[in-house]
Amino acid sequence: MQTLNDHTQSEYKYGWSTQLDMDILPHGLTEDTVRWISARKEEPEWLLEWRLQAYRHWLTMKEPTWANVHYPKINYQDIIYFAAPKKKLNSLDEADPELLSMFDRLGVPLEERNILAGVAVDAVIDSVSVTTTFKKQLSEMGIIFSSFSEAVKEHPELVRKYLGSVVPYTDNFFATLNSAVFSDGSFCYIPPGVRCPMELSTYFRINAANTGQFERTLIVAEKGSYVSYLEGCTAPMRDENQLHAAVVELVALDEAFIKYSTVQNWYPGDKEGKGGIYNFVTKRGMCAGYKSKISWTQVETGSAITWKYPSCILKGDESVGEFYSVAVTNNRQQADTGTKMLHLGKNTRSTIISKGISAGYSNNSYRGLVKIGKRADGAQNFSQCDSLLMGDKCGAHTFPYLEVDNPTARVEHEATTSKIGEDQLFYCKQRGLSEEDAINMIVNGYCKEVFNELPMEFAVEAQKLLAISLEGSVG
Amino acid sequence: MKPLLKISDLHVSIEGKPILNGLNLTVGYGEVHAIMGPNGSGKSTLANVLAGREEYTVDSGTVEYEGHNLFDMEVDERALAGIFLAFQYPVEIPGVSNSNFLKSVINAHRVHRGLPEFNALEMLKYIRQKMSAIEMDETLLKRSLNDGFSGGEKKRNEILQMTLLEPKLSILDETDSGLDIDALRIVADGVNQLRSPERSFIVVTHYQRLLNHIVPDFVHVLSNGRIVATGDKSMALKLEEEGYDWIRESTVSV
Repeated sequence: MQTLNDHTQSEYKYGWSTQLDMDILPHGLTEDTVRWISARKEEPEWLLEWRLQAYRHWLTMKEPTWANVHYPKINYQDIIYFAAPKKKLNSLDEADPELLSMFDRLGVPLEERNILAGVAVDAVIDSVSVTTTFKKQLSEMGIIFSSFSEAVKEHPELVRKYLGSVVPYTDNFFATLNSAVFSDGSFCYIPPGVRCPMELSTYFRINAANTGQFERTLIVAEKGSYVSYLEGCTAPMRDENQLHAAVVELVALDEAFIKYSTVQNWYPGDKEGKGGIYNFVTKRGMCAGYKSKISWTQVETGSAITWKYPSCILKGDESVGEFYSVAVTNNRQQADTGTKMLHLGKNTRSTIISKGISAGYSNNSYRGLVKIGKRADGAQNFSQCDSLLMGDKCGAHTFPYLEVDNPTARVEHEATTSKIGEDQLFYCKQRGLSEEDAINMIVNGYCKEVFNELPMEFAVEAQKLLAISLEGSVG
Repeated sequence: MKPLLKISDLHVSIEGKPILNGLNLTVGYGEVHAIMGPNGSGKSTLANVLAGREEYTVDSGTVEYEGHNLFDMEVDERALAGIFLAFQYPVEIPGVSNSNFLKSVINAHRVHRGLPEFNALEMLKYIRQKMSAIEMDETLLKRSLNDGFSGGEKKRNEILQMTLLEPKLSILDETDSGLDIDALRIVADGVNQLRSPERSFIVVTHYQRLLNHIVPDFVHVLSNGRIVATGDKSMALKLEEEGYDWIRESTVSV
């Protein structure tokens, strides 16, 4: 009889790749690469200039080493910076059947007629956005939801105004690299007073080998508007590591509310830690307006290495920032994730709920900064960081940073570390549940506060994903 | 007919320290056996070994459950085969609602028995009916499993699960400890409602008072890891009056 024993080893469900007719740039990064990408995308001069500034700045920067993750040095000249399906698409009917079947296998409801619950989808494969569904219906309300490239062409004034306004091109090594070479992504604009009637969603997929994915998402919510945005990602199983360095910028004006949910399931590498995605992502939201609100929810189960800190700059008075996170690491995965809440305005509030789950030989770190600025009278933060260990070969770490420059602020921090209880498991099994069902039940209970924040369909998916990620993890 | 449970010459230790030393016990269908004995005599060990707890090492002896070697069965297999342990200290599982837990457990048993799963409505009806039978507050369904429950609420929750699962062999591990007289009566009612010619009970208890409500067919006295005396319900009364000293004396003299 075995205690907390290994059962089957999990298989990465999305590990296939698709034979698509691709346009691929040779690997390597020079100023010409940047120019080529910009030209290929027929970008205006100002954008090329912005990219070049970023590239030149990047050359002066050093890769950060402060995160609690370890990996061999990345050779940035070995990466392919642009790959795109060859055919340009005007409508779904023209889409490569291989591509459509790929999205079928991913479960992306790409074809509008198949869409169940009104999710508008932008699908980004490797470097370009392939299709955006429901566009017409949204545009009647004044909502812009398109690929980033398209937005550059059709709404240059909006893109120019907000691009880099939250994450400047000088921000950090990976964000700067992204600014130079970003290929596509999603753009979303909600006009004043409009409540977006459906969840907007982007699925990212890395398909081509040796390719980095550098997408950019920009969401602008005007005064009094609301949008809920979902992001999902997968990649094929490959022996080599692949770099994903995305940037997400959110801008919420007066009384606007942006809810941003991520279910990240990039290929995590195999059991021995071979292959997998390096997920080095910069996500930041600006609560620019009075009473604006940004809420990040993330369920991170994939990637060999995760390095991301979805953050909120609480500039508007009475603005609210939230961060709900479940980060799971198994086998040899490493995650260093958390958030930054920068309180600048008066009576700003933030909530951080972080649930780390470590299994196998993995390492899982929470890193969070709560900073209360001088003028942030009455600011409040509540942080809760829990770690759950499965087995005794894994690690959980918590690095909370607090900087309070205003005496009226109220900051609370709670942290717990627990091991999945033998007693809990025995109890569930004694009632007739299999070990697997028992673990799922206990872990889902542990993550409940975060799952509650996800839209319904996503919550179900997240639970399943969690179960798959933790298969074979208890030992 | 084979007995439901047959324990023969069972030796069990924990971290090298022997706890059960050649225990024999046969439980027939429909019988209620009370196990009494001083602290440290091995009562809870017996209950936990039958349920399949890992910390204990079975050194020798056999346990047959419906003719099968019990030690060949995993913890969850034993549960599905009808062995239920009412825990002395039920665990708390934060974030898992009591109703969700009960639902999963009940459906696991139904599937095992070849019955269709209950839908949400059938489930609620079934649970409510059993809850009212043991006078349990329905608000406890919405709360996390045992999380922040009082001692009495936890024990009542154990009895609720027992009545929901209708096990063949219920093992009550000091379910009466820490209960007031009303709660005690409710626990006993739960057991008595389940009593039938097919179902058997092993009631581990420290005190005779529970046995006023659950009238046992046999009372066994456990001492130093083996059964040293067996009698009917009158023996429990004698134990209450005279303590365990006479047992110790008689065992020494054997």
